[in-house]
Amino acid sequence: MSIDIETARKVAKLARIAVPEERLPALAGEFNAILGFIEQLNEVDVEGVEPMVSVTPMRLPRRVDVVTDGSQQEAVLANAPDAREGFFAVPKVVE
Amino acid sequence: MSDLNTMTIAQARDALRAGETTSAELTDACLNAIEAAGELGAFVHNTPDVARAQAASADARIAQGDAPSLCGIPLGIKDLFCTKGVPSQAASRILEGFKPEYESTVSGQLFDRGAVMLGKLNMDEFAMGSSNETSVYGNAVNPWRAGNSDAALTPGGSSGGSASAVAADLCLGATGTDTGGSIRQPAAFTGIVGIKPTYGRCSRWGVVAFASSLDQAGPMTKTVRDAAIMLEGMCGHDAKDSTSADLAVPDFEAALTGDIRGKVIGIPKEYRMDGMPAEIAKLWEDGTAMLRDAGAEIRDISLPHTKYALPAYYVIAPAEASSNLARYDGVRFGHRASLAQGDGITEMYEKTRAEGFGAEVQRRVMVGTYVLSAGFYDAYYNRARRVRALIKQDFDTVFAAGVDAILTPATPSAAFELGRKVDDPVEMYLNDVFTVTVNLAGLPGISVPTGLDEKGLPLGLQLIGRPWEEADLLNTAYALETAAGFVAKPQKWW
Repeated sequence: MSIDIETARKVAKLARIAVPEERLPALAGEFNAILGFIEQLNEVDVEGVEPMVSVTPMRLPRRVDVVTDGSQQEAVLANAPDAREGFFAVPKVVE
Repeated sequence: MSDLNTMTIAQARDALRAGETTSAELTDACLNAIEAAGELGAFVHNTPDVARAQAASADARIAQGDAPSLCGIPLGIKDLFCTKGVPSQAASRILEGFKPEYESTVSGQLFDRGAVMLGKLNMDEFAMGSSNETSVYGNAVNPWRAGNSDAALTPGGSSGGSASAVAADLCLGATGTDTGGSIRQPAAFTGIVGIKPTYGRCSRWGVVAFASSLDQAGPMTKTVRDAAIMLEGMCGHDAKDSTSADLAVPDFEAALTGDIRGKVIGIPKEYRMDGMPAEIAKLWEDGTAMLRDAGAEIRDISLPHTKYALPAYYVIAPAEASSNLARYDGVRFGHRASLAQGDGITEMYEKTRAEGFGAEVQRRVMVGTYVLSAGFYDAYYNRARRVRALIKQDFDTVFAAGVDAILTPATPSAAFELGRKVDDPVEMYLNDVFTVTVNLAGLPGISVPTGLDEKGLPLGLQLIGRPWEEADLLNTAYALETAAGFVAKPQKWW
């Protein structure tokens, strides 16, 4: 599997990272080096092996579905690049 | 008293309890050492005011006879840990200016026990790297130098600042985190001890996430005893981390008897890589002989899927990273790119992430995005998770056959020069070849300094233990440390 410039562009878009056009060929090259390395996994016989979900065999703990925290609007917004009137502010999303 | 900063945690604890020194004095000695060590690039946010206030309360506690082992001990905290009101940016531009409104469970536990925070420590951006060269703060530098050369060497990564700070006696111990070797490799490169506990021992809550199924915090210290003391302070169940283990934390220090007679130590043949440098092979043989002489039974073992650990890691870790790092969108915290007229929310995301993430982080996020994308999920991600199950099975098999611990080299080489040109990202990944299996299998692993190479640089061996048996692992490490008698320190040049 070889990654071309078009695929590199698509992956950058999916990852929401702006990659300048002139950087795409080098990026595709780096992806190919990494994926080439990963290809070794195809040598392994994984027939009948379940994909690992949790490294320690433990059941995910459950808790009562109640509010445990809250009323911290100020703390939640304290690090926002743009917070106004108690909300996160972003560029217009809907026309 | 001079040179208080060169003490071990155990020495300082005993001196504090005996009233021979105070936390205020210890803290000042460390703050002075940090002040004079700017060239090491280890500390990136100094918190002298926090430190002095914590030292004063620690001294008050000690005076009242309420002194847990870590009370009054000055530590450095890796920048990956969120510390309340103190910059915590995972060495990334995207978290510039971020001051958490909360404290990570691990750092909070340390402070509850009276530990003192000297400041935040350098690291690779989002813990992605093996040389501390991907940090927004610039490189951390190894206090060790090769022979008479004045070339700057890497302290390793990602916990490079932690390693450099402990090795240079800027603090008595430091927190690290380890996703593929980020505690053990830098510990080996700087002649100190670093342990990654079993997955689930330390809460991940408040630790900036890289790859959640692999990340674990652990201590980096001058001795195995100090690692035992500090690990105990970091471990414990936390309801805020659903993968945190609800198990009692043993008294790790009490386990350090040095008696390993009858213990079975496995030597895995697959770790004898082609082209292994002669001095690494010799170090490994010497370490094996030391454990044998201490009364352990040495057994050749096989971990057949070892070769596939790194490629599996480089699917799983980027996949989890791409998901974890999706939160950096310029909305809730950290950096937001300035936008052009007409830019919408998508441009805001794309520009923010392009400006905020460094090259290696971008690369891994995109590789992760690719292996998780429609049509490739099975071929890459699910296959890697199947291989991971086989890697864990390899370890389960040898432990079931009676092996107590496994001895391997910690790194394929000694510390290398900073700025070495790396064209192929895969070449840097090979640093983790001996350590990454341990993360994939969720096991505890410890790096112990055991020798010097021909240029006088430290080398370490790794011991891998059974899950949850850190106490036994630390005792084996203690026996190895005692036999190796590693006492070398870097010559001060900074």
